[in-house]
Amino acid sequence: MTDHFIEDKTHKVVVNLEGSAEKVDFNDLKSGGFIKQRQKDMFTVRLRCPGGRLATEKLLEISKIAHKYSKKGVVHFSFRQSLEILYVDYKEFNAIVAELEKIGQKVASCGPRVRVPTACGGCEYNPNGLTDTQGMARMVDEKFFGTPTPHKFKTSFSGCPIDCARTKEMDFGFQGVVDPTWEEPSCTGCTICSEACKEDAIVSDADTGKPIFDPMKCIYCGDCIRACPTEAWKPKRYGHIVRIGGKHGRHPMEAIEVCNFLSDEKVPDAIQKTIEWYNANGKRGERIGNAIKRVGLKNYLDFMRPVFGDGIKA
Amino acid sequence: MTDKKEATLDLRGVMCPINFVKTKLKLEMMEAGEVLEVVLDSGDPIQNVPKSIKEEGHKIIEVKKEGDYFRIRVQKG
Repeated sequence: MTDHFIEDKTHKVVVNLEGSAEKVDFNDLKSGGFIKQRQKDMFTVRLRCPGGRLATEKLLEISKIAHKYSKKGVVHFSFRQSLEILYVDYKEFNAIVAELEKIGQKVASCGPRVRVPTACGGCEYNPNGLTDTQGMARMVDEKFFGTPTPHKFKTSFSGCPIDCARTKEMDFGFQGVVDPTWEEPSCTGCTICSEACKEDAIVSDADTGKPIFDPMKCIYCGDCIRACPTEAWKPKRYGHIVRIGGKHGRHPMEAIEVCNFLSDEKVPDAIQKTIEWYNANGKRGERIGNAIKRVGLKNYLDFMRPVFGDGIKA
Repeated sequence: MTDKKEATLDLRGVMCPINFVKTKLKLEMMEAGEVLEVVLDSGDPIQNVPKSIKEEGHKIIEVKKEGDYFRIRVQKG
């Protein structure tokens, strides 16, 4: 600890024990998740909360720090699930970062790099969840957070086709899917599966009540599996639909589906290789969706074939 | 148990998730192995209630479609 605070009732002054003036490199600020506010000297400190999940013990500590450093005593939940401490005086950056570090809380990032991943609750506790979205978000945060890219690179994980984490609007999004398979012997023809299917992919036979399945209509949500009283519908495999090139902002773009049933194990490879392609092909300030539009989807898919394998979308 | 009439819950017209909560409360008052008959509308109720019942560890032992509603028999797990 080299610095501490002297309270003089009106405002806090940062004092360096060695006597030299405190230095703040403003170029580092945005990459470090410090965002300038309208108000003089005031910045927002964005925390790094992958998947929007926080241990309550840590949240208590963060609350104390936010209460101490926010001149207005307010936080804001960012659109990417991270907690932002508002109204922090830039002269106190070193102090707040040191206190956050002590409780193991990192600061997030802005600018042209891999951002903190977002995720829904996933299969841990959400009944619809098919994939461990929270585990995936943690993995991406550990392995790829802050990796430089031509422009911002946002990832997200949805656990099912309801897609609460909006993978269709991400630079690179992963949405959980399950491939259902039906075994006739355990089927009683109860017709619940055809009622449960919201996509009309299952119709019950008028005589036997047994399902007639249309794979073209199936979106792999697993409602049939969960509804089936006799386990005649079973999961054959789980995986992710992979989407690339989505964004919101002034000119929103919908992501393109590039792979189906990518396994959990291959997700890190897919991200690694996609960043590689983006850094080799993207222009500075160009989102990956625009880079793909300019260079061609085929170029990207050819590059990704070793990772996507049979799941690749032509 | 054979002399006792099977309990029935008619949940036609009852919305999700109240229909499931009513089923759950009724099952909680029963002994393991006992059977409850539940009548559910088609649409949302039949889409959601059976899977929630399964997730709570109970067993659906019979499903009968009667017009635009379903009569299901649930064995308490």
